[in-house]
Amino acid sequence: MNYIQIKNLSKSYPNVSALNNLNITIEKGNLFGILGPNGAGKTTLLKILSTLIAPDSGEVYLNKIDLIKKPREIRKLIGYVAQEIALDKILTGRELLDFQADLYHMEKSKKIERIEFLINQLDMIDWIDKQCGTYSGGMKRRIDLAAGLLHIPKVLILDEPTVGLDIESRNIIWELLESLKRDGMTIILSSHYLDEIDKLADNVVIIDGGKVIDQGTPFNLKSKLGGERISLKVQEFSNYEESEKLKEILLKIDGISQIVVNKSQGYSINFVADKGKDFLSKLKVELAFCKFEIFSLTQSQPSLDDVYLQATGKTLQDAEIMMAGKRDLKKESKQSMR
Amino acid sequence: MELQQYSPYFLFQETYALTKRLFIQLKRRPSTLFAGILQPIIWLFLFGALFSNAPKNFLPGVDSYGNFLGAGLIVFTAFSGALNSGLPLMFDREFGFLNRLLVAPLSSRLSIVLSSFLYITILSFVQSLVIMFISFLLGYGFPNIFGLGIVFATLILLVLFVTSISLCLAFVLPGHIELIALIFVINLPLLFSSTALAPISFMPNWLGWIASINPLTFAIEPIRTAYASQINLDLVALNAPYGDLTCRNCISLLFILTITSLLAIRPLLNKKLN
Repeated sequence: MNYIQIKNLSKSYPNVSALNNLNITIEKGNLFGILGPNGAGKTTLLKILSTLIAPDSGEVYLNKIDLIKKPREIRKLIGYVAQEIALDKILTGRELLDFQADLYHMEKSKKIERIEFLINQLDMIDWIDKQCGTYSGGMKRRIDLAAGLLHIPKVLILDEPTVGLDIESRNIIWELLESLKRDGMTIILSSHYLDEIDKLADNVVIIDGGKVIDQGTPFNLKSKLGGERISLKVQEFSNYEESEKLKEILLKIDGISQIVVNKSQGYSINFVADKGKDFLSKLKVELAFCKFEIFSLTQSQPSLDDVYLQATGKTLQDAEIMMAGKRDLKKESKQSMR
Repeated sequence: MELQQYSPYFLFQETYALTKRLFIQLKRRPSTLFAGILQPIIWLFLFGALFSNAPKNFLPGVDSYGNFLGAGLIVFTAFSGALNSGLPLMFDREFGFLNRLLVAPLSSRLSIVLSSFLYITILSFVQSLVIMFISFLLGYGFPNIFGLGIVFATLILLVLFVTSISLCLAFVLPGHIELIALIFVINLPLLFSSTALAPISFMPNWLGWIASINPLTFAIEPIRTAYASQINLDLVALNAPYGDLTCRNCISLLFILTITSLLAIRPLLNKKLN
């Protein structure tokens, strides 16, 4: 059942196209992962889904309710946990939850009961009555998450909830998300952590430059690549010319395909080898002929990074480094202010 | 948990929560409350002392300069507080807290504005009462019940007028630095170009004109009237260059200004909050 439908969604900021004709469907009860580098359009998409900004064009339906025409109806159904944790540092955690519950018009008895439940579930009892200004990053994220869950939303929207968190807080959040998923909540989770999406998501969409690159279950996306993932290095840090020569050598070998240079790993060569074919002996001969020696050769199962690499020709890490130079965070912050 | 249908109670619930938050902030960081009381009291002492040796009856209708100054300081306190009312909203915008409010299914987003009005009005009342009490201790008198009614009605109008402008600026300006800079620029000049410190008859013609169209003057003169032993709303309170204004005229003008400003900022607030 398509619980959330996103049709031809586009959004631009001055000089930047954040989303470009996006089409996504999300099933009820799914944990839906949105994977992409910083600046891919993830936050813009989630801000539209949480009714904070309006798209330039396109349609969004949540449980058949038109999000653009009936934003207030949508707000009753969603919980939103933003990328930047915005707490009132003067209030205590409990006061903040109480404040948030009043904004969601919760009845007093239910409010108290629910706040106590979340304090226990997210292990916040030791510090809930201290002012938010004294909290660590993990504590802030947990209280922020509790605020998003107070009214038991049908859809929980999380924008990179584990960025910069310690392992304990990360695990608590992962466990919570798994338990919410078991309870049937639909969860939309954006991340640039591959392991997080791989572990938690039922379905995933990979976006880059505001466009959908691929979507499906993590297993299917990885299986689609086929073969065995091989990473080859002829020295610890290679260079562009050397990598191009190696590509030429590999192209001659039968059973090798999808050759990509991985710049962020010292120009290592990633490729897919057909299962069951002995490419290694031939590779050794060809490399020796060109006076190359194998420095390292690693074999692995395909990962979501391989899916991204295959689709874009760059790793997520490369894409983030590229975007870091292009983004004007001050300008983006001003644009996101109402 | 199913959410209930919208009811009028929801507007009260969310406005109460938003106002309560502002008062918790004030309780834990009371410096603005104290500064708002301390500043006019210092002015009252210093300005009162400055003119203590002035010839008797140099100001028409009042015994001492302190009597004259009290009304101006009450208005200035309320005005400064209201002018600063956009700052919490600006900080909420800058730090992303406003998004928390906008994602919530508020029955009306005007509750965000309403809470600021309530907070500043209550704060101004408290500060004004303290100033009036200290003025009384200094021998500058205290209004009767009718006078108190005039003081608070005038303050409500002034606070609504200035708060609406400040909230508007909090949405229009790019950040709190610009808002604070603007507050600095307009705060004292508006005070000096009103009848807070001197009557129009003391001013050059050009300043008299400015003072007689300054909204602060329309608030100061009714409060000055409220301190009189016999309050008559139809007695001339201001000898403006364009004609005499009674206390009733001043309050009516302030009322018109307030309604106009509230109507003028509505489209902007709708755009920013919806």
